[in-house]
Amino acid sequence: MQQIINFLIRNRYLLLFLLLEIIALIFIIQSHSYHKSKFITSSNSIIGGIYTKTNNLSNYFSLAQENEKLAEENTYLKNLLSKKNINIDSVIRHVTDTVYHQEYQYITAKVINNSYSKRNNFLTINKGLKHGIQKDMGVILPNGIIGVIQDVSPNFATILSLLNENSKINVGVKNSNHFGTLAWNGKSYEEAQLLDFPRRASLKIGDTIVTGGKSVLFPEGIPVGTIKNLNLRNNYYENITVTLFTDMSNLGYVYIVNNIDKKEIENLEKKHE
Amino acid sequence: MSNIFFSNAFRFIGLVFLQILIFNNINLFGYLNPYPYIAFVFLFPFKKERSALLIFSFLIGLTIDFFTDSGGIHAASTLFIAYFRLYFVQLILRKSEFEYYTFQITSISVDKVLVYFFVLILIHHFLMFSLEFFDIQSFFEILKRTLLSTIFTFLVTTFGYYILVSKNR
Repeated sequence: MQQIINFLIRNRYLLLFLLLEIIALIFIIQSHSYHKSKFITSSNSIIGGIYTKTNNLSNYFSLAQENEKLAEENTYLKNLLSKKNINIDSVIRHVTDTVYHQEYQYITAKVINNSYSKRNNFLTINKGLKHGIQKDMGVILPNGIIGVIQDVSPNFATILSLLNENSKINVGVKNSNHFGTLAWNGKSYEEAQLLDFPRRASLKIGDTIVTGGKSVLFPEGIPVGTIKNLNLRNNYYENITVTLFTDMSNLGYVYIVNNIDKKEIENLEKKHE
Repeated sequence: MSNIFFSNAFRFIGLVFLQILIFNNINLFGYLNPYPYIAFVFLFPFKKERSALLIFSFLIGLTIDFFTDSGGIHAASTLFIAYFRLYFVQLILRKSEFEYYTFQITSISVDKVLVYFFVLILIHHFLMFSLEFFDIQSFFEILKRTLLSTIFTFLVTTFGYYILVSKNR
């Protein structure tokens, strides 16, 4: 007994070092698994609060750019409206639509902490549970996808960025029904990689990649990027690189997608498993 | 005693804020950031009792992890250099030069301070990027980032050290 105590005292720094190192390793392993909710997260109130304060300052520098983005989006939406032949200038219009069914609901949030230069990137936004945000909601911009909600606290949430090894997003080619997976190899924040594309999908350089319909996280057909490079070897596609439309290094306001039918779809799909 | 405590507490908070507000957003060439917060470990007083050094080094790493959602990679690597700091200093300096109670980093020569900084930064960054990528196939990417970030951190740390800490300006 005495010997054991002596041993512990003699090696107390080594033991303390090992203990803390093991704790850190447990956190790291936890952070590499996508499904577990994390302890180390910037979505808590202290860190979110600090980021909000500093973001309020830096906000002013990007106002002009933010305005331009909004104006562009307005033009896009106006064009969509005019295609549908709905006159928005008239005072009140009642449209009786018997097949009306709202599938998606959008929540705006501001990115208060952005990272894009690491292997596994996360973003922090200034909205959380109180504003209706929940884990596994998609996050988009009008011209691209950002990621998926990972951890939520009452006032803040973290997003698992598209630029993360755990991010796998279902995408397809515009005007075709072939689907593949969008992943990121950790190199450039302007490019992502396409995996598991069937050989029969005839891909060309310059094709537009859009979100696929198989995922319940994102609405179908949101533009993601264009194919920059691809190799065809042994009749299989290899190294398909996609240039992203979104500039991940410069994010202001983003939209969180709430798929109202998500629960129903998931319950239905569970029955088959 | 309390003076040492407060100066270290101040350094802890100051370095964390500098790191998360400024140095984490530099992104030189799109991906390079310096990590001068580990200067906390370099400057922590040399004492025979080392548990404070280990615990606070772990905590400063963990704080950075909280801010950057990086799991525990900063905690693990900062703790590692904190533990091996002593052996390393004994290695650079001759044993006779090293006395716990009188030892101060400002009293050793410039070239030895620089070697001390450089090697600890290199070890820290290599561990950190290895844990971040967690993948043997990315070995060259890890090596590239380690080397470039080490140079960056080294420049920032040395600059800060000679402006703020060193007595022989």
